[in-house]
Amino acid sequence: MTDVVSPAAGIPKAKSVRRDIGIKRRYAAERRFRAYGIAALSFGIIFLMLLLWSVVSKGYTAFQQTMITMPVEFSQQIIDPQNERATNPQKLMTANYPVVARNALAKLLNVSVDDRVAARAVSQMLSDGVRVQLRDLVVANPAIIGTTQTVRLLASGDIDSAYKGQIDLNVGQENRKINDQQLGWMTQLSDSGALAKHFNSGIFVNGASSRPEAAGVGVALIGSFYMMLIVLVLALPIGVAASIYLEEFAPKNKFTDLIEVNINNLAAVPSIVYGLLGLAVFVNFMGLPRSASFVGGLVLTLMTLPTIIIATRAALKAVPPSIRAAALGLGASKMQTIFHHVLPLAMPGILTGTIIGLAHALGETAPLLLIGMVAFVANYPTTPLDPSTALPVQIYMWANEAERAFVERTSGAIIILLLFLILMNVGAILLRRRFERRW
Amino acid sequence: MKKYLGSCAVAAILLATAGVATARDQVQVAGSSTVLPYAKIVAEAFGEAFPKFKTPIVESGGSGAGLKEFCKGVGEATIDIANSSRPINKSELEACKAAGVTDVQEIRIGYDGIVFAAASSNGDMKIEPKDFYKALAAEVVVDGKLVANPYKNWSEINPTLPKGPIAAYIPGTKHGTREVFEEKVLSEGCKEVGAAEAIKKLVPDAKQATAKCVAVRKDGVAVDIDGDYTETLARIAANKTGVGVFGLAFYENNADKLKVATVNGIKPTAAVIADGTYPVSRPLFFYVKKAHLGVVPGLKEYVEFFTSDDMIGPDSPLVEYGLVAAPEAQRVQLRKDFAAGKTM
Repeated sequence: MTDVVSPAAGIPKAKSVRRDIGIKRRYAAERRFRAYGIAALSFGIIFLMLLLWSVVSKGYTAFQQTMITMPVEFSQQIIDPQNERATNPQKLMTANYPVVARNALAKLLNVSVDDRVAARAVSQMLSDGVRVQLRDLVVANPAIIGTTQTVRLLASGDIDSAYKGQIDLNVGQENRKINDQQLGWMTQLSDSGALAKHFNSGIFVNGASSRPEAAGVGVALIGSFYMMLIVLVLALPIGVAASIYLEEFAPKNKFTDLIEVNINNLAAVPSIVYGLLGLAVFVNFMGLPRSASFVGGLVLTLMTLPTIIIATRAALKAVPPSIRAAALGLGASKMQTIFHHVLPLAMPGILTGTIIGLAHALGETAPLLLIGMVAFVANYPTTPLDPSTALPVQIYMWANEAERAFVERTSGAIIILLLFLILMNVGAILLRRRFERRW
Repeated sequence: MKKYLGSCAVAAILLATAGVATARDQVQVAGSSTVLPYAKIVAEAFGEAFPKFKTPIVESGGSGAGLKEFCKGVGEATIDIANSSRPINKSELEACKAAGVTDVQEIRIGYDGIVFAAASSNGDMKIEPKDFYKALAAEVVVDGKLVANPYKNWSEINPTLPKGPIAAYIPGTKHGTREVFEEKVLSEGCKEVGAAEAIKKLVPDAKQATAKCVAVRKDGVAVDIDGDYTETLARIAANKTGVGVFGLAFYENNADKLKVATVNGIKPTAAVIADGTYPVSRPLFFYVKKAHLGVVPGLKEYVEFFTSDDMIGPDSPLVEYGLVAAPEAQRVQLRKDFAAGKTM
């Protein structure tokens, strides 16, 4: 600013002297700021990618399951030697199906079942779940007893892990769960095409199991679904009603300020606290059953309420006062103003807040621990009052299992949970797009 | 406001009746995470073997938490069985009795071996309790005085241990395994090196002297693992010179990644744990509420199924998984005691 040419000095020299307004410095600052922004964004993206990579690379194999397809002779000798199934239907439930499967596999491998050690090694290649698999087949159609059917049976978890290359096969056979003989059989079966990987529908429909190959998130999915339903049905109306009252009707005084502070506080309370509350109030005081998704839903409702109230209040605040003024000016009552004009305009915000709250609730384990939902539940729940687990609980429980095959299943369950979260969030975005109004 | 209160009341009544309306039709179990895998196998097999009963619910959460839940009282909303990796202690039993749970039946299902292992890249390790004491004690005795533990590398203690700085991943204090580790390893080691004698001279109070023997150093060399063995395994995979504490079953499932140590020259196997030659093992238990037998459908059958040789005998699924079966005479006695309704 020192060499400002004064107009009185006449026409400036040919070499124009520009006023230094710091443009270079300011552009540089802007470029720097953009670089910081990009750096921050890429930092986030890199870690997201790392997370996704570690989950997907470990977990995608869980959606395939090693199975053995072979002819199985449903021998009357083994299943019902005394031919008493007509009089004693229980017989078909308790018959020795694993032996049926073992004999079929031994025949395929040309192993004599009289060689007890070899027969044992053969039966270890099949899942213990074949008992239920074959039983269901026979119970559904007892006519297959005495015939030979081609059946696809689950291989054991250790064979599954070995076939997928998850067990280090270079170490001595005494240091792995599957020995060299079984490994040889595995290769033989795989070469003949009997043993192959198939889509694993079991991971979606089966309940919890101590056998990794037969374990699935079915019960957890139903439990999570019930809880989401209960949270939606309870938290949405209560949350919206509370926020409409607070935002539109309640007088602004010390008391409502106190309530507001408390709501904001509750939104930040660690979720385990809600679990303690749930245990004390719902289970111990009201006598509701342990491990039930109904109680889980109630606890998660309490946890989600503050989130929904805060989001709804923000959405209500964002509706311009001119809308309210216009409606009131045309003679609408306060009630009509709110329900006909303000609430519809605030809907996208409310829905987004609700879905984010639901997604948050879907991922919670801590409050469920104390009400007994971190549990091994094999039977499907028919009502919300039956015991069940939840998706994140299943992930937690599988992560603590010793068997190698549970490692991929843990990541597989994470993928399923992430898919649900993505679906919910996409839903939130679509709803917002659909209803959003700009002024 | 009246309407609001009215609907609140209706909701409360609905909730209350919902609770009363459901009669529990399945066994509920909670407790030790060490017993959990065994209980799960039995529960699943039980559900398959007895189609008329539902599969029992098995919660995890730790021996202490399970026993606390167990001792809450008698009735539908309380659990029927508590799994535990240690015997119930006196104060817990008293709490039980105070809450009305007067008849508790103890079932000892078998034994669990505790093994020490490092990453598979290490050589053969031969550990003695005194090595762990020297490596992990908060204070060791030098020239009759207690000084802060000076050892930095495993090689200063025992040449067969991993080459590099000492790092040990031991179960956290909430685990029943920690108690066994302190009692069977640290305390033994303390005696072996003669530190127990020296400490007795320095610390007159017997209780304090025992505590000194099992006090673990706090300089980051010994790491308490509050999670499960999966976490210990991850720590060992990340630190090749680390030695971790595992259950036998967990080790057997991950033997391709781990190198197990011999203790006093004995390699941990089911056989040596069962006959007591391997020094670090402990019994596993579960506790049954006698008042619930015959009330909760399937409870009696579940306990009988669990204690049958099909489940805990040699060659049973639990032994396959890693449980060490109790001697025959003990198993027979166990079934007899349960049938006779023997309580604690």
